Amino acid sequence: MTPALELDGLEVRYGAVHAVRGISLAVDRGEIVGLIGPNGAGKSSTLHAVMGAVSVAAGDVRLDGRTLVGRRPEDVARAGVALVPEGRRIFAELTVEENLRLGGASGRNGNLTAAYELFPAVYEARKRHAGALSGGQQQQLAIARALVADPQVLLLDEPSLGLAPQVVDVVFEALQEIRSSGLAILLVEQRAQRTVALADRSHVLANGRLRLTLGPQEAGDTDALVAAYFA
Amino acid sequence: MTLATFLGADWQTLADAFGLGGIYALMAVGIGLVFGVLRLINFAYGQLVMAGAYSLAFAYERGWPVWVGILLCFGVVVALSIAMDWVVFRPLRTQSPAVMLVATFAIAFLLQSIALLWFGSLGKIAASLSSLNQPWTIGGVDVRKISIVSAAVAAGCLIVLVLLLGRTAVGLQMRAAALDFRTARLLGVRANRVIGSAVLLSGLLAATVAVLMTVQTPLVTPDFALRDTILVLAGVVLGGMNRLVSATLGGFAIGFAAGFLGGALPTNQSQYLPSFLFAAVILVLLVRPAGLFTRGSQQAVERV
Repeated sequence: MTPALELDGLEVRYGAVHAVRGISLAVDRGEIVGLIGPNGAGKSSTLHAVMGAVSVAAGDVRLDGRTLVGRRPEDVARAGVALVPEGRRIFAELTVEENLRLGGASGRNGNLTAAYELFPAVYEARKRHAGALSGGQQQQLAIARALVADPQVLLLDEPSLGLAPQVVDVVFEALQEIRSSGLAILLVEQRAQRTVALADRSHVLANGRLRLTLGPQEAGDTDALVAAYFA
Repeated sequence: MTLATFLGADWQTLADAFGLGGIYALMAVGIGLVFGVLRLINFAYGQLVMAGAYSLAFAYERGWPVWVGILLCFGVVVALSIAMDWVVFRPLRTQSPAVMLVATFAIAFLLQSIALLWFGSLGKIAASLSSLNQPWTIGGVDVRKISIVSAAVAAGCLIVLVLLLGRTAVGLQMRAAALDFRTARLLGVRANRVIGSAVLLSGLLAATVAVLMTVQTPLVTPDFALRDTILVLAGVVLGGMNRLVSATLGGFAIGFAAGFLGGALPTNQSQYLPSFLFAAVILVLLVRPAGLFTRGSQQAVERV
């Protein structure tokens, strides 16, 4: 069966800088694939290339077997890929509900109920300005907003960044629930061990290349992780 | 004590000030809408108004009914706005703000030159609505109809705009794009649709302004609305460029001040008006560089 999302020899360049050097991976429905690695490894560039926010220098990105390369970010979103961007990027001056309604801008669904059910805290704050929410609530809002579009593939760029440990638990539990609803999730994270434990498999990325693939049973194998980071 | 006596002016001056404030507020919205989504200060906005005024004069010269003239005005201005978007704004969208500003300067002077070539420097008359210069007597006070009509039309347009931006999906998308265009696109907001909507709305506003302005200034010359555009731009910067509300208030404030001082100053001193206004603009910017009607520190938003 064709995977929901497939990266095939993906390369990204910024001028002379070769940020992503031929990544191949696949994410199936109902699966979380982790992408971990040090800063500047090319994790965010990979996600942005999938979204069409940076151009693909070589290789292919396929959604359900159809290429996304060369499409504009809004068209990738409308095709069924949702990104929870780094730093959350919620609209602080709009209300929580308006933020969620923007999730429906892709014209795919626009139904807020499921998102509210998954994140009761977001529902309770729906009339408030998004900027007045705590970091954890904003992160939940950012994920909820992505889900409103009813995507096939969910990309997350460091959703645990800057969050308190208890809030990270909430976010990771939500990801498990989203996975069980059949979405394909590509999760970029700095928290390597937690990601390896949660994901069906995790790829370690360094200098724009995949170094190692780990399964959840290897979450305790710190040596392998450290070796991959410094390879 | 009434407001008019407090300000030491008659009712007509006050009504004029509200009328001009309303017209300038509409221009400020027109400029602010496009700035919101494109980060582009459209210097050629006044030439859209000029084109609308020439359309009205064209219809008047041929003795066409008023509504045909207004329809022509809207058609020409909207078509010109969309053409500007397609031919210049879109191809240059990712260029630096300086490039885009210079491009709008070029459009402004190009349109002005075309008007000069086609219609000459003497000007044309657009007087089909001149009956609005007659007074209405309200409570024993005479006030020219156009002052009240301008203020009312401006208020009506602003209410419609607030509803459009606040209650519709495309309005929400325009607000989001003005705040963070990159993220809006990642959510599936179509850049071209949002920009096209802003340009269309700003064109409709320019056409409305053209209709209102020709009543008070029926002589249409190639530099029609040029001075007003510069004043409105000053008002928009004065109010705070990054927010539509503050930009609108800035436009209204400078229009109100210009209308009020223009009426209150003796005729032999009215040539001091622009210098006085711009001195006030510089002063305000020195004290509040982020704008008169903004809260806290607000930085320019990145462009996409």
